[in-house]
Amino acid sequence: MKTICINCPLGCPLEITEHDGQITVKGNTCNRGRDYGISEYTRPVRTVTTLVRSTDGRVFSVKTSAPVPKDRVFDILERMREIVVPADSAIGDTAEENALGLSVDIIVTGVPAPRQ
Amino acid sequence: MSYDVMVVGGGIVGCAVADRLARLDLSVILLERDDDVASYATRANSGIVHAGYDCEPGTAKARFNVRGNAMMWNLAEELDVPCRKCGSLVVAPEEGLEGLEELKRKADSNGVVTEILDREGTLKKEPNVSDNVAYALYAPEAGVISPYQLAIALADRAVLNGAEVVTEAEVTAISRENNLWRAHTPKGTFDAKYVVNCAGPEAAAVNGFVGEEVYETEYRRGDYFVLDNTEGKNVSTVIFPLPTAAGKGILVAPTADGNVIYGPTSVPTYDGDTAVTAEALDEIRRSVPLTYARPAFNKCIRIYCGVRTVIGHDFIIRKSDRAENFVMACGICSPGLTSAPAIAEYIEELLVSCGMERRPKADAVTVMPRKLRLESLSEERLNTLVKENPAWGKIVCRCEKVTEAEIVEAIHSPVPATTVDAVKRRVRAGMGRCQGGFCATRVMEIISRETGMPLDEIRKGIGHSEIAVLAVKEADYD
Amino acid sequence: MIKKCDVVVIGGGPAGMAAALAADKKGAKVLLVERDGRLGGILNQCIHAGFGLHYFGEELTGPEYAHRFVLEVGKTDIEVLLNTMVLSLSDDRKLTALSPEFGLVHIEAGAVVLAMGCRERTAGAIALAGTRPAGIYTAGMAQKMCNVEGYLVGKRVVILGSGDIGLIMARRMTLEGAKVERVIELMPYSSGLKRNIVQCLEDFGIPIDYSHTVTRVVGKPRMEGLYYAPVGADRKPVLSEEKFIECDCLLLSVGLIPENDLLTDTSVEIASVTSGAVVDERRMTSVKGVFSCGNVLHVHDLVDNVSHEAETAGAAAADYAFGKYSPSAVRYRVNAGKGVRYALPQLLNAGEGEAEIFYRVDNVYRNPKIVVESGGKTLCSKKRPVLAPGEMEKVTLNLTSVTGDVTLRLEM
Repeated sequence: MKTICINCPLGCPLEITEHDGQITVKGNTCNRGRDYGISEYTRPVRTVTTLVRSTDGRVFSVKTSAPVPKDRVFDILERMREIVVPADSAIGDTAEENALGLSVDIIVTGVPAPRQ
Repeated sequence: MSYDVMVVGGGIVGCAVADRLARLDLSVILLERDDDVASYATRANSGIVHAGYDCEPGTAKARFNVRGNAMMWNLAEELDVPCRKCGSLVVAPEEGLEGLEELKRKADSNGVVTEILDREGTLKKEPNVSDNVAYALYAPEAGVISPYQLAIALADRAVLNGAEVVTEAEVTAISRENNLWRAHTPKGTFDAKYVVNCAGPEAAAVNGFVGEEVYETEYRRGDYFVLDNTEGKNVSTVIFPLPTAAGKGILVAPTADGNVIYGPTSVPTYDGDTAVTAEALDEIRRSVPLTYARPAFNKCIRIYCGVRTVIGHDFIIRKSDRAENFVMACGICSPGLTSAPAIAEYIEELLVSCGMERRPKADAVTVMPRKLRLESLSEERLNTLVKENPAWGKIVCRCEKVTEAEIVEAIHSPVPATTVDAVKRRVRAGMGRCQGGFCATRVMEIISRETGMPLDEIRKGIGHSEIAVLAVKEADYD
Repeated sequence: MIKKCDVVVIGGGPAGMAAALAADKKGAKVLLVERDGRLGGILNQCIHAGFGLHYFGEELTGPEYAHRFVLEVGKTDIEVLLNTMVLSLSDDRKLTALSPEFGLVHIEAGAVVLAMGCRERTAGAIALAGTRPAGIYTAGMAQKMCNVEGYLVGKRVVILGSGDIGLIMARRMTLEGAKVERVIELMPYSSGLKRNIVQCLEDFGIPIDYSHTVTRVVGKPRMEGLYYAPVGADRKPVLSEEKFIECDCLLLSVGLIPENDLLTDTSVEIASVTSGAVVDERRMTSVKGVFSCGNVLHVHDLVDNVSHEAETAGAAAADYAFGKYSPSAVRYRVNAGKGVRYALPQLLNAGEGEAEIFYRVDNVYRNPKIVVESGGKTLCSKKRPVLAPGEMEKVTLNLTSVTGDVTLRLEM
């Protein structure tokens, strides 16, 4: 697998390979780069931030309370289409607990602007 | 529906004609192809009120330009349209004096006041002409006006006087029914006794609908740079180079709204396409320094391109000798904007000569209500307005300082503005240096609130130009 | 109406709120003026995560980061004017503002903090050739349409410029169902953060073409596609290699410009490189009592730095209003030398304590040394593995060691 290290502006091009259960990172300059390469190879995770609709049709921004496996990001997004939050939801409210059984909650992060 | 007069085309000429006729005891309808009046050449030209020195003496262009210039300033005052009689200079290097003298002779035969200035005299009028400028022909009667605001104000006054304006009503055919002309449009059919063809680029085609001459039409693109209004203080007059066969050349001019424009080019185009080309922009970049000493291309906030409709060498304004009660204004290129009021005046005469009855409407509106603009309001007046309507205290377009109240008023104006661009042309929201980056979404919200249209139906301009194309979390993923 | 205060802060985004809070903490009577209907500024539309790691020690989204400051402001006596736009400002710290609640408001302040943020460069500013259809927007406008209004502005998207907002929007549009075809970048490198290149483009297989530009847009009234081409060493497109791509949307992330239009009637000196004011280490401009911070001063890449900078400015503004701060008689200029695009603050007051100098480099440099010199002495010389224009850097100086004008330069 190839990726770019995100730890610093250097942006080392990493090449991660596995032989007999032994993971090797090439191209890194420092140990942080090696650790990053290994985590991206073994269990890459991402925090998902997106929008949900409210009962009055407006959008509220939400996030996962913790990063989820990268390959489940679009499943989370798909699930968010089914969630409707109350129109009076506030920042910090939980829109859904244990989403998709991934042990993360969906947290409201932002509310719409007051109506003008 | 049946009308006395049908005006085909809502450009500057069509709007001027509709405005004039609406003040008579007549029923008038104006049919416009686009989403708003002033949508083609009228919205994308130099906005110059030409003095009329460069038209060939004896031509329709010379006649209507000079008369139009004389009518324009009062008209703008009646309609409350921004304009400035700032004068114009045709600047020339040492060897260009002869050319200026020839222009002066034309000016004299056209009855246009001009004066040849030496460099010193030129600098007094315009301190920023380029170093190689040795002489200039100064025309004090020239100036600038907002061309689209003029056309919109004419259409608005026409509506206040009882005319109807139908947009997105492109005339696709004209038939003869019961001694009336019947226009076929996507908005239905409209019958009228008299037809005035002011269809700009489509004027020849409209002629064809009634068996009139389908003039061979050329289209010539003109590209422009619009500069930030901080440049406005650097340009006091309209600066032309010496004219050539291709036209008046690339000018530097203040706009009536305080910006500066550089342009236009003059490039033949087959289909009237208004796409700006990189070559054209480069041509302007090369040309401006020849006349103007402070080019500021880094202050560009917008580029645009308009298309001139050219038929032969002169305007064609006449009544048809083949089709009854049909009057045409074809090939109205430069100086069409300046000429428009005079063309409308003449078209009224042509219609009368066709038998149209001319009885002034008793209570016709002549002076339009003054539009309130933030910068011209006294503190006391502003505070009273805000108290009555808090929208006067809410600035939506921060670059041009346009309040929500002005936007609401534009949306409900006689020719309503229901697209983002139509609002922009009326009150300048989105015309400034951020080009609507901040205010476009607010303008959309206000249009939506005022008209009841959902946000995803609000369009930039004509056709399918919706800005919001997909509702988040309501769409299907593929 | 007339309002008097010790410190007026213009702009209620992250910079304005932090400045107002810092001034309030010093005991100043603070007026915070915001043109939008709520505090938070652009953060309210930045719903992605990545804010606050430095300032709060945890990763927050934009609205959450803003909300923390909004709550703090709510606990103080800071007077907040919403929907209020400052129309004018003079050197003697008199302002006029327009409010739907009070009409024209005259403000007289002991000190002024400028915190108006920045605006995006537009298609017009880069003289983008072609048609002018629906579908061409700045990335920030698309972000607001998406995250605040709940609508995408395109289904097949190309992004010109790889600034952070452009990269963030590539991911946002993708996550919400649009197809982002590619990102086109004029320079041979991105001005965005590495993290965004990886997590916004690479994660979704969105290609980026460096040293390319959009040559023209086609389609009317809706965008139908665009032509793009590689650029030569002169950054002009090589038209023989022009390619077409079908798309209904072009987002522009081609630069941010501090929004200093309000300063027209003042004598605040503007630095041509940053388009922001020239300031000293306490963020005071060339006009006494007028301070500047956040993106209106210079464009930051992390909001955390904005908050810190604004606290410096807000505290200094309060000190000024109370007569506790005046610039020293001896002031040194901070100059950007070889390889450095700008350094900020541009002025240092002779004195004691520490001063942080922020700088950006003018190209990507591997293994450079950043050297700071003053009065013929080298104050600091640090080797760095890499320096890139997209990442703001800083050095900390001991002011007692500064004995003359300061120069920051790179040594290869």
